[in-house]
Amino acid sequence: MRAPMLTTTAPSSSPRMRPTFWLRQAPRITMLLFLVPIVAGLAGTVLPAFGWLPALGGRELTFAPWLRLAEEPGVRWAIGLTLATGWTATIISVLLVLGLCARWHGRKPGRIGRAVFAPILAAPHAAMAIGVGFLIAPSGWLVRWVSPWLTGWHQPPDLATVQDPYGLALTLGLLVKEVPYLLLMTLTALGQLPVARQLEAAAALGYGRTAAWLKIILPQLYPQIRLPIYAVLAYALSVVDMALILGPSNPPTLSVLALRWFTAPDVRMYFPAAAAALLQLVIVLGSIAVWRTAEKIIARLGRRWIARGRRRSRLEPLAGLAAVLVSGLGLLGAGSLLVLAVWSFTARWRFPHILPSHWSAFAWREQVGTILWPLKTTLGVAVAASALAVVLVLGCLEYEQQRGPAPKSRSLWLLYVPLLVPQIAFLFGVQVLLTVSHLDGSLLAVVWSHLLFVLPYVFLSLADPWRSLDSRYARTALCLGASPGRVFLRIKLPLLLRSVLVAAAVGLAVSIDQYLPTLFAGAGRVVTLTTEAVTLASGGGRRVTGIFALLQALVPLIAYGSALGVSGRAGRRRVLAGVSA
Amino acid sequence: MSRPWLLALGALVLALGLLVPVRARAEPWQQVLRQARGQTVYFDAWAGDQRVNTFIAWVARQVAACCDVTLRQVPLEDTSAAVTQVIAEKAAGDDSDGTVDLIWINGPNFYALKRRGLLYGPFAGQLPNAALLDARDRSNRFDFTVPVDGYESPWRKAQLVFVYDSAYVKHVPHGIRGFPAWARRHPGRFTFPQVQNFLGVAFLEQALYALTPDPSVLQHPVSQALFAQVTAPLWKWFDQLRPYLWRGGREFPVSGPAERQLLEDGEIDLMPSFSPTEAAADVAAGRLPRTVRSYVLRRGTIGNTSFVAIPYNSPHKAGAMVVANFLLSPAAQARAGNIRYLGGPTVLDLKRLSAAERAHFAALPHSPWMPSDPALRRVLPEPHPWWASRLAAAWERRYTP
Amino acid sequence: MSEPLQLDQVSISLPARLLIPALSVRVMPGEVLTLMGPSGSGKSTLLSFLGGTLPGGFRAAGRVWIGRREVSALPAERRQIGILFQDDLLFPHLTVGENLAFGLSTAVRGRAARAARISAALEEAGLAGLAPRDPATLSGGQRSRVALLRLLLAEPRVLLLDEPFNKLDAALREDFRRFVFAHAAAAGVPVLMVTHDVADAAAARGRVLTLGQSADGSARIETADGGLCDAHRTEESPGRVDAVVVVDRRQ
Repeated sequence: MRAPMLTTTAPSSSPRMRPTFWLRQAPRITMLLFLVPIVAGLAGTVLPAFGWLPALGGRELTFAPWLRLAEEPGVRWAIGLTLATGWTATIISVLLVLGLCARWHGRKPGRIGRAVFAPILAAPHAAMAIGVGFLIAPSGWLVRWVSPWLTGWHQPPDLATVQDPYGLALTLGLLVKEVPYLLLMTLTALGQLPVARQLEAAAALGYGRTAAWLKIILPQLYPQIRLPIYAVLAYALSVVDMALILGPSNPPTLSVLALRWFTAPDVRMYFPAAAAALLQLVIVLGSIAVWRTAEKIIARLGRRWIARGRRRSRLEPLAGLAAVLVSGLGLLGAGSLLVLAVWSFTARWRFPHILPSHWSAFAWREQVGTILWPLKTTLGVAVAASALAVVLVLGCLEYEQQRGPAPKSRSLWLLYVPLLVPQIAFLFGVQVLLTVSHLDGSLLAVVWSHLLFVLPYVFLSLADPWRSLDSRYARTALCLGASPGRVFLRIKLPLLLRSVLVAAAVGLAVSIDQYLPTLFAGAGRVVTLTTEAVTLASGGGRRVTGIFALLQALVPLIAYGSALGVSGRAGRRRVLAGVSA
Repeated sequence: MSRPWLLALGALVLALGLLVPVRARAEPWQQVLRQARGQTVYFDAWAGDQRVNTFIAWVARQVAACCDVTLRQVPLEDTSAAVTQVIAEKAAGDDSDGTVDLIWINGPNFYALKRRGLLYGPFAGQLPNAALLDARDRSNRFDFTVPVDGYESPWRKAQLVFVYDSAYVKHVPHGIRGFPAWARRHPGRFTFPQVQNFLGVAFLEQALYALTPDPSVLQHPVSQALFAQVTAPLWKWFDQLRPYLWRGGREFPVSGPAERQLLEDGEIDLMPSFSPTEAAADVAAGRLPRTVRSYVLRRGTIGNTSFVAIPYNSPHKAGAMVVANFLLSPAAQARAGNIRYLGGPTVLDLKRLSAAERAHFAALPHSPWMPSDPALRRVLPEPHPWWASRLAAAWERRYTP
Repeated sequence: MSEPLQLDQVSISLPARLLIPALSVRVMPGEVLTLMGPSGSGKSTLLSFLGGTLPGGFRAAGRVWIGRREVSALPAERRQIGILFQDDLLFPHLTVGENLAFGLSTAVRGRAARAARISAALEEAGLAGLAPRDPATLSGGQRSRVALLRLLLAEPRVLLLDEPFNKLDAALREDFRRFVFAHAAAAGVPVLMVTHDVADAAAARGRVLTLGQSADGSARIETADGGLCDAHRTEESPGRVDAVVVVDRRQ
């Protein structure tokens, strides 16, 4: 595993030229938009964690918040719970996705799976959590299917299948959401590798598919999905909305505990809350460091394993199992969305009925009037944030290509900071910054805060296709006398239209999913589908939640659909070209 | 962010922290109405109950029509978010252009803001409709024992009730001491929200009322020693109850609505609620069967009043006052008292209304699924907010693994 | 104990076009059979079929034997048919030595023994000391040699060469050709080579089959000396070659 950390595909050696003024500014503007809120945000968390927050009377630096944190009941359990759920969910997600790809990548069922996972990917975490919660609850859909004829249960059993003290339900919920995400990232990365040719070469040497995949494809793939994996790890360790719905509450995970104290009526709890947020940051960064170390050890052992030359892999049946489990997760996710749809038309649905006994469109009628405003806001913010992100990312990538292969730039790591740093650790500071600049509660602030999370994903999905575009196209055009700007507009952009549109759709979906950033930057005033859904979800109403969750899932889905549709013809042509090559 | 910049921010925050919030001057109501015209009022209100949201949307239409005030509900998951917001603005020195104009508030959240001088007022006395308030009702003047002093204006009343489905259970406990025995007979069929939630802690306070010999200690903060002494019977009682709670008392629903969902799913048979009308409304909407009942404990239950308050830095104070005044109008109160929309007792003194207005209230539909009116008069005052936070903390310390 | 490669009525077609008519041919151990034809004539596709990695969209029929073992029903990795592609396809994440170790048969056990075998192979090929190198640092000629070594270390029972000299410049090409044929002869396995370069065919010094199209557009196969082809014409479509049986002169 020798590939550099970030430059997943080596930048193609484009002809060097002096980028124009605006292009030169692209990386700078991007960095500025990032650095200011993150640094201010972290400062706004680190200082109170050590007792400094004059507005609340904290005027000296002390360790008191940490002592208070240590004294709070359940903190140790909460930390253990956080680590257990985060790590378990990440390890299982990675294993499942790799196992599935080893077995099915490039084959027909794999392509079908991709279509099934799209809506799950688009559905927001909170909505998915509510749906999964209803499926697996003791009074949930799964139990209802077999009750009372099989189980004999006329009343739901008192079993902790959701909000269990060990966070198993939370882990499951995370798997339902993170596996499709990781799968998409992995498939995208696989698209950049000559998988078929190399597997053929390995088969000619007598290697079975799974063995060849693990020994040949995985080591080349891994560096490309390393960051998405870290993002999953960071997310799973610091998730708030899913943990509120599926996780235990006594005590909850550390991030929920921190949020609980941040918003406690007793504002002195703000200090231990900041300490907890900082601890959350330490846990995430520490976990990533541990993961990185484990990677190195596994890579070293892996080389020996490869050199031993065994043709068959004992992991073959396990890869098959992964396919079964991922299908199970897919069904669970699809079932969750379906059951939410059913709930939105439910009047009464008591245990153990498999379907509602009374139906009603009341919830929809009630929402028609109130849904328009959040819907408009959601779309406006999402379109603005993802358009801005696409423009900035294209600017950065084009700058990188025109300037020529850059010395490996560590600063690009910054792009991933918002994905790796727990939101809770810097959003309050961001709120203070926005308040000082009188931007809080404005749409601009919300767009900006979304940009922090949208941009990395847009970058992730656009960088590889852009960098791996055959540089000869551009060179040929330049030889024909086209200016770099013209080459960009007339050659690169049309060639990569599909990638650009998909990246924009990814950005749209990410923006729609944002809960805490909208809440903090919007000062609660900017109401989106997600803030409504989470607020209503906290109210437990599955009917209205169902409506919002469906809309939330639908909007990004339409975006994906139209992205693929618009670029459909170009895309099909390329696929065919790939087959006959 | 550079260091000088940070220092400047710190200095700014410090300087503004020293300023005393401006006190409201008495202004003639006409002038308030004039100022309010065209203002947009951001109303931070807990949004967990869809019917309340719908009611607020109705209020928004009314104030837009009568007074040219645009009312926008800022849906909150927890009212404390608004408190944090105001404090954050204070921290940032945003003393005149805050984002919150009106908060649905009471109890600990009111106490937190009032104590820090982060509320505008006194304004409640200036509202014309304040003259209609029930002056005998102590909970209109003391919010969890904290004097209101005109810093918030009442609009709704709430009372702890218990809800069950008579199709599944025939006998329910009518006193706190009866709960452990009932739960032993119905293991896993009763629970209440986690203590960080106002309803969860209210259930503990209700129990404390019944179990402590002298409930008057609950009206003010007490010493550590006295707290231990007063709460000792509570923990003894809870230790008897806990093993028979839903999930063995190790896990609790996060909020009232989450608990209500458990009742709807049939996971529990009995639950506390802070809305005497919630179950009735659900029955009326067909969400719950007609066998559902709600009742008040024999010796009464804790009740309180919901208020609206205006943060010190709201840029739309006049508009906010107009809304607060409208909430007190007989029209709004009659609508809020109607079980079809919200339901529940009014904060007004019906004797102070005109005969026509009184007729509106008399004509309100009555729901058989609500507790009886005499029962709803058995109201115990809320303890001082100190007790809620102390009880929750003590509970966490004892029962968190 | 090498055994011949036998193709029995192998035909490959696209939905709209017949690429290979029913081809029956036997390749003896140590023999190099050259298959020629213009691009698009389906010769590389035939190798994919033999190797067990025929892409979707093609239809194939017929059976393939190595000695008495039918391999056409086996998955690619169990056929023991090695293919040398025109790209070296050295795995970029492994060193030269690890690439060879990946190919080296597991019959050679133990880290020391395997390492010794690999360095011996490298030395014999004039590549001594390259084991720890990154494949990307090797010259084109070196990479091609390593690719062949890797293939031979897997001890295949049949060797397929898919235009292996195509991407090399003239000087290297000559050199590598000798290298390949020498090693193939040493391995003593049947070799089937696909090329469109006459010089390659000449260097192979074996029989040559040419894939092409008849004037009527149907597929056609000729042998170099023209006399060994026994073409059966179907009744329904006279003029169309239905089957080609290549008769081995040595039989």
